Amino acid sequence: MKELWKPTTTHNGRQARAWLLRTIREFFYQRQVLEVDTPILSHGTVTDVHLAAFSCRFDHSVTGAPQTLYLQTSPEYAMKRLLCAQSGPIYQIIKAFRHEGAGRWHNPEFTMLEWYRPGFDHHQLMDEMDALLQETLKTSSAQRFTYQEVFVQYLNLDPLIATDAQVARCVAEQGIDMVGELPDRDSQLQLLFSIAIEPNIGQQNPCFVYSFPASQAALARLNSQDPRVADRFEVYFKGAELANGFYELAEPGEQRQRFMQDNALRAQHGLPQLPLDEHFLAALESGLPECSGVALGIDRLLMLMLDAQHIEEVINFPVHRA
Amino acid sequence: MANFSTNEFKAGLKIMLDGEPCNILENEYVKPGKGQAFNRVKIRKLISGKVLEKTFRSGESFEGADVLDTELAYLYSDGEFYHFMNNETFEQIAADEKAVGDNKKWLVENDECTLTLWNGTPITVTPPNFVELEITETDPGLKGDTAGTGGKPATLTTGAVVRVPLFVQTGEVIKVDTRTGEYVSRVQK
Repeated sequence: MKELWKPTTTHNGRQARAWLLRTIREFFYQRQVLEVDTPILSHGTVTDVHLAAFSCRFDHSVTGAPQTLYLQTSPEYAMKRLLCAQSGPIYQIIKAFRHEGAGRWHNPEFTMLEWYRPGFDHHQLMDEMDALLQETLKTSSAQRFTYQEVFVQYLNLDPLIATDAQVARCVAEQGIDMVGELPDRDSQLQLLFSIAIEPNIGQQNPCFVYSFPASQAALARLNSQDPRVADRFEVYFKGAELANGFYELAEPGEQRQRFMQDNALRAQHGLPQLPLDEHFLAALESGLPECSGVALGIDRLLMLMLDAQHIEEVINFPVHRA
Repeated sequence: MANFSTNEFKAGLKIMLDGEPCNILENEYVKPGKGQAFNRVKIRKLISGKVLEKTFRSGESFEGADVLDTELAYLYSDGEFYHFMNNETFEQIAADEKAVGDNKKWLVENDECTLTLWNGTPITVTPPNFVELEITETDPGLKGDTAGTGGKPATLTTGAVVRVPLFVQTGEVIKVDTRTGEYVSRVQK
């Protein structure tokens, strides 16, 4: 117990973090992307059924009534409000919080880099992400595959046309012994991706996977040519999921509908309903410029730079010592 | 018994699965940024002894298994049950053939064994790592044969058969490693 006051990092690791933050700031300064600052506490939160936010009580609200505030899981809504206010290209390095367990790649409090590029589609943003990764990880240029391509290559399963029964059979064929049932097709695809695809891609250089199924669009727009898929991408490197980006959904009606679908799904899972971020929805009403945005886990990027085996090696005081 | 969420899974936690108490050996948390989280868990089923890889949906809860290990001295077998005693409380517990299994050949009177109890009933009996047993029968070693040809079989008082060096004779007491079933040394009486 006596040792718990000590950081879990080395001096070398702390220097690497400082270098990384300086390099990122220089990268965006050169590209004239503005650093911004948005709140960690918000009245609204993410409705995604698989994300859980910390909440706390605020006793001094203007109405006098106790108010629930949420620690943000990503600065996405606030940054989009800035974009709606004509901020132009912006980035932020911020603490994000997720109410979930700690693990090799997870700490409930972590550092996120998020940036938005008006006028970029997701392919242009992938180009910029690739440049940043090459500069920080000293890798060669990343590979790019569609979600469909990696499923066909590693599992011989086409996720866009396979029947639910074929997806379920694929899970069984992978020798995945589930306790209980998976609630839906997307969960099965996510399990297959995590276990049978992620360990095989991006081993030498980072790998971008894009065109996720429309049912996993999150806040991405649907593809204009093929509405079965969304303009969403993820970055994988050496078994880690590093970043998630969207060609952003700008249509306020569809955004509200997706939030409400999330809440309906939460009800099915017996999870509480969550308040929609009305400031964010109002900002979309006023008009979000065409843009792409992406969030990258700084701690994971550091792990990969340092060849660390556990996130605790790059976070001074992980949650059990916090 | 309390329920345990997958968030509380860690090595050594005992939970009920398919009606059987299980010991968690390893737990890995898998969480896509957007999507369902999973726990990939290696477990040992405590009755069958089987080790399995299971995948759990994170956030689900499972009943804890009321399993505890206790050190008890072996007393005797009545042919159906094997009787053990707590040397401090003198409380006696009987284990059935199924719980003792193959380990019955290592049961030596007064040796402290580890009994794993589930809801108070023994489900496994683990003998000490080393036991001392007398040889009841083995071929007399051929004189001059010291080449160490892998030894010869020797039957012990409990019926266990162990390979011993050629110089070891009937009537001698030997030390055996119960985990491997291998001869360790002779014991001076």
